[in-house]
Amino acid sequence: MYVDMVTARHYEERLQEEYLEGKQPAFDISAGPIPGELHLAAGHEASGAGVCQHLRDDDAVTAPHRPHHVAIAKGVDLKRMTAEIFGRETGLGKGKGGHMHLFDPDVNFACSGIIAQGCPPAAGAALAAKKRNTDSVAVAFLGEGAIDQGGFLESLNFAAVRDLPVVFVIEDNDWAISMPKDRVTDVENGSRRAGGFDMPGVRVDHDDAVAIYEAAGEAIGRARDRNGPTLLEVQVHRRMGHFMGDPQSYRPERDQDAALARDSIERLAADLRAHGVDDDELDELREDAHKRVEEAIAWAKDQPEPEPGAAHEDVFVNPGSGVTDSEPEFELAGGDD
Amino acid sequence: MSQQTQRVERELTMSRAMVEAIATEMRDDDEVFYMGEDVADYGGIFDSTEGLREEFGYDRVMDVPISETAYIGAAVGAAQMGMRPIAELMFVDFFGVAMDQIYNQLAKNTYMSGGNVSVPMVLTTAVGGTYNDAAQHSQTLYGTFAHVPGMKVVVPSTAYEAKGLMHNAIRDDDPVVYMFHKRLMGIGWMPAPDGPKTPVPETDYTIPFGSADVKREGDDVTVVTLGLHVHRALEAAENLADDGTSVEVLDLRSLVPLDTDTIVESVEKTGNLVVVDEDYRSFGVTGEIVASVADEALGALDAVERVAVPDVPIPYSRPLENEVVPNVGDIEAAVERIQ
Repeated sequence: MYVDMVTARHYEERLQEEYLEGKQPAFDISAGPIPGELHLAAGHEASGAGVCQHLRDDDAVTAPHRPHHVAIAKGVDLKRMTAEIFGRETGLGKGKGGHMHLFDPDVNFACSGIIAQGCPPAAGAALAAKKRNTDSVAVAFLGEGAIDQGGFLESLNFAAVRDLPVVFVIEDNDWAISMPKDRVTDVENGSRRAGGFDMPGVRVDHDDAVAIYEAAGEAIGRARDRNGPTLLEVQVHRRMGHFMGDPQSYRPERDQDAALARDSIERLAADLRAHGVDDDELDELREDAHKRVEEAIAWAKDQPEPEPGAAHEDVFVNPGSGVTDSEPEFELAGGDD
Repeated sequence: MSQQTQRVERELTMSRAMVEAIATEMRDDDEVFYMGEDVADYGGIFDSTEGLREEFGYDRVMDVPISETAYIGAAVGAAQMGMRPIAELMFVDFFGVAMDQIYNQLAKNTYMSGGNVSVPMVLTTAVGGTYNDAAQHSQTLYGTFAHVPGMKVVVPSTAYEAKGLMHNAIRDDDPVVYMFHKRLMGIGWMPAPDGPKTPVPETDYTIPFGSADVKREGDDVTVVTLGLHVHRALEAAENLADDGTSVEVLDLRSLVPLDTDTIVESVEKTGNLVVVDEDYRSFGVTGEIVASVADEALGALDAVERVAVPDVPIPYSRPLENEVVPNVGDIEAAVERIQ
């Protein structure tokens, strides 16, 4: 868990540096080595690590537009993921998806740039597991800003009525871009949404990886034992802007300071020290994680950009005609031809 | 016809042919299942699943909450895990509540994954008017679905097509939108015109997408159309033949992919093109067909006519709906204008 978290933190900090290259002093979204928008998850690490610790490769995960910490914790190929973020040919999606649309079928990870819309496919993956009578589960991650979306609420009901082995994880970082939670919903505790669907709802109040790990273990165990879905909300914090380049002028300074002070990685490190792990060991784990990140970034930057002609490929996996390109001949009685 | 060609006598309605294909695929593959509103006990409001629940039970013929985003999205998720779901959108007009799952997930996940993820599902949906159901229950929206890349879009016009296209749709590893016209299904309370009830082989067979069918050969004018209007065009062609005009009628059968070759071949013969569509005129099927022919064979085009719904919502009252949905007379008039 600690390794996943320090990997994810260093990953986001390094991507921030790479992303801003060429974009300063005047921010130009079209400049620099990383194309497009970039939504970094520094401050969310405890959620991805605490939840995914309980998952196997055959369990499906859908993540939202802020997906890197979840992808890392789910075991997505870090080099190919990084190459995708840099828009390179050897990326997970050959440079066609980008950082909000990472797909790694080897570990059943997917993400979507549309708020709450990962929930229905996660329910569908859970439906597939149930139909196939396996003990696989599915987890949908979403932000607290997504809890008023129809796709989320419909999925809760669909999962509840079908007893699907799925866990919905709300990552509450207090902010939906510029909108604080209390201005858009009267429900302070998003997990209470579960009550309307007769589903267990659990909230973990602090950025505490161990508490998230324990709550997620219970929810995922429940799903794996075929006892139905759970809604889990975990408090995280947003250490950076909504997207890189976000001036955050809407955000009080004290809120940013408070977010920086609530460091779940430091909290977990303190827990580990209290359990007898010494600083040298923690340093070593962190250095190994940093090394892995540096290798992935170096590898990705070394990869070729896609050939322009590749833009025309991969709309379909089968030929346009489907599974056949010829029609059998029948003599239809009474036909004109 | 060669000696091996099988002669087929047995006639089915379009709905029976569609269901026969689905049932056969469900028998052959446990991973095929059907989700939709009123598809189990009711058998589909338009008979699209009649009898399936009795054979396959509620686990494989699933009635779902009125939550199109959830269950169409769940079909996407199950398909990405390798199953072969069929999800039914009761009326195509209801697409709006689930358009993100259709436009942004179903259609794009294959491409965004660089082809590493496939979405082998079928989205069935009822289309069309002619029974005074007004603006929110009468559209075809062919152009809306054919517009976004990543979905194959098929439109059967007869029972024979309904079965062969459905077999191909379920077996295809890509998402296929299967748009069936209510008026063609052969439902007791919505009588079909002559034509969609055809002989249907008992064996399973696949009709390739992107293969338009010449439903009637002719020399003077090419009429390109799909769905219900195949039958209206055939009737118009029959009437015009009495006046000495020879009309060729092409049934597109699929919009994605579009069989431009067959259209161009016909236009090169006739020089005259009439496109007939039950969808809106602007930014839709008629304009696309004309543009495609112009791209490929501008020189072969002597004259062009478009027959489509003028750009108004489908009205309720009978005389109003009849005014805007192209009828046989409208097609004949277009052919005559072009001559």
